[in-house]
Amino acid sequence: MDTDDSRADGRRQFLKCMAWAGAGTLWLMKSGVLHAQPLGQSGTGQSVISKDATFSFVQISDSHIGFHKAPNPDVVGTLRRSLAMINAQSTRPAFLLHTGDLTHLSKPEEFDTLAGVMQEARVGRSFYVPGEHDVIGDNGAEFFRRFGEKQQDGGWYSFDQDGVHFVGLINVLNLKAGGLGSLGTDQLAWLKKDLAGLSAETPIVVFAHMPLWPLYPQWGWGTDDSAEALGYLKRFGSVTVLNGHIHQIQQKVEGSITFYTARSTAYPQPAPGEAPAPGPLQSVKPDALHRYLGIRDVRHVRVGGALAVTDEVLT
Amino acid sequence: MKHAIRLRAIGMMALGGMVFSCMAADAIPAKSKTYQVAIQNFAFAPKTVTVPAGTRVTWTNRDEEPHVITSAGALFTSSKALDSGDTYAVTFAKPGTYAYYCSIHPMMVGTIIVQ
Repeated sequence: MDTDDSRADGRRQFLKCMAWAGAGTLWLMKSGVLHAQPLGQSGTGQSVISKDATFSFVQISDSHIGFHKAPNPDVVGTLRRSLAMINAQSTRPAFLLHTGDLTHLSKPEEFDTLAGVMQEARVGRSFYVPGEHDVIGDNGAEFFRRFGEKQQDGGWYSFDQDGVHFVGLINVLNLKAGGLGSLGTDQLAWLKKDLAGLSAETPIVVFAHMPLWPLYPQWGWGTDDSAEALGYLKRFGSVTVLNGHIHQIQQKVEGSITFYTARSTAYPQPAPGEAPAPGPLQSVKPDALHRYLGIRDVRHVRVGGALAVTDEVLT
Repeated sequence: MKHAIRLRAIGMMALGGMVFSCMAADAIPAKSKTYQVAIQNFAFAPKTVTVPAGTRVTWTNRDEEPHVITSAGALFTSSKALDSGDTYAVTFAKPGTYAYYCSIHPMMVGTIIVQ
């Protein structure tokens, strides 16, 4: 499935896979190594991976509550469907990460709807970072009031789960004209300090809305000062970076750092450069959306003490 | 008919206001100037416009994504989120160069040069 996206494309250095699903990704921590498991698959691999995982968590992204046009007039319905897939997992995820764009226009009623629907997720708890659609008009005040962790003034935060260090970053505020996403000097200083006390063996998971690497700057898909942040992460043996924003899976490996972008629960966007501009891929008919649910498996495996990524197409 | 007459009356009042401001600053032509800028494919079209002082510039979002008109340096009031089809208008009274961008897609930049 999804073999149509595997065309050779020498223009870009990253691995490419245009796929989307109204689903999330289940992440399983096994011996300090993350394994990604797309939800909604009927393959048998899931139970095998789940069996001896230390813990699991799930990532969803880009719900865009308030969006109501082609190709998805029912973004609440597809979010519900995504959560139902999470709830159908044999092991209950320790927590859920939502990597931003909860809403389409930052409206209070959109946040209300999102908060209500998210209560249907049977997970230990949920963590959020804002997308640029969640901070319109108020620099995220409403988002942070409702969904913020309130650890730091800027909204960024970290926590630990079974020896894995998780960092939630904000890269959708104080954006400069002509620029991309931005972390800012205050957040970078905090990140440096937050990581300073950790041993290099500590597995790190960093999540933020916009890609933390220059995925496709022509469309704004990147973060201006991400290189600084990645510099702090280089000494760690296992770093996983999870982003949203682009509504499709893209991945890249750079040393011990593996980058992933997530699918949206609302609508797909075109692959980089394959349309005049980003935005909803309207050519996908609503009644055909479910055909995009079948996606690929991405998992981390340890090879010779380093992390590598293999792509595995599930059937 | 009554409706049409009332509209004409409002038009007269607006014109009256224009004449008054024209007298206050004689460089401004009497006729009200308007200028349209489209927001399409994550870009402002045209990207740079040069207009006389007093021009009312109207942006129309023709994308399926929302955009926000934001003045670099806060020289004019930013728009709210413009959903598909929404418009936003600013009257530029003073000469100057007004750079602006979309605060949620900051690679979208434009300039209004007011003479």
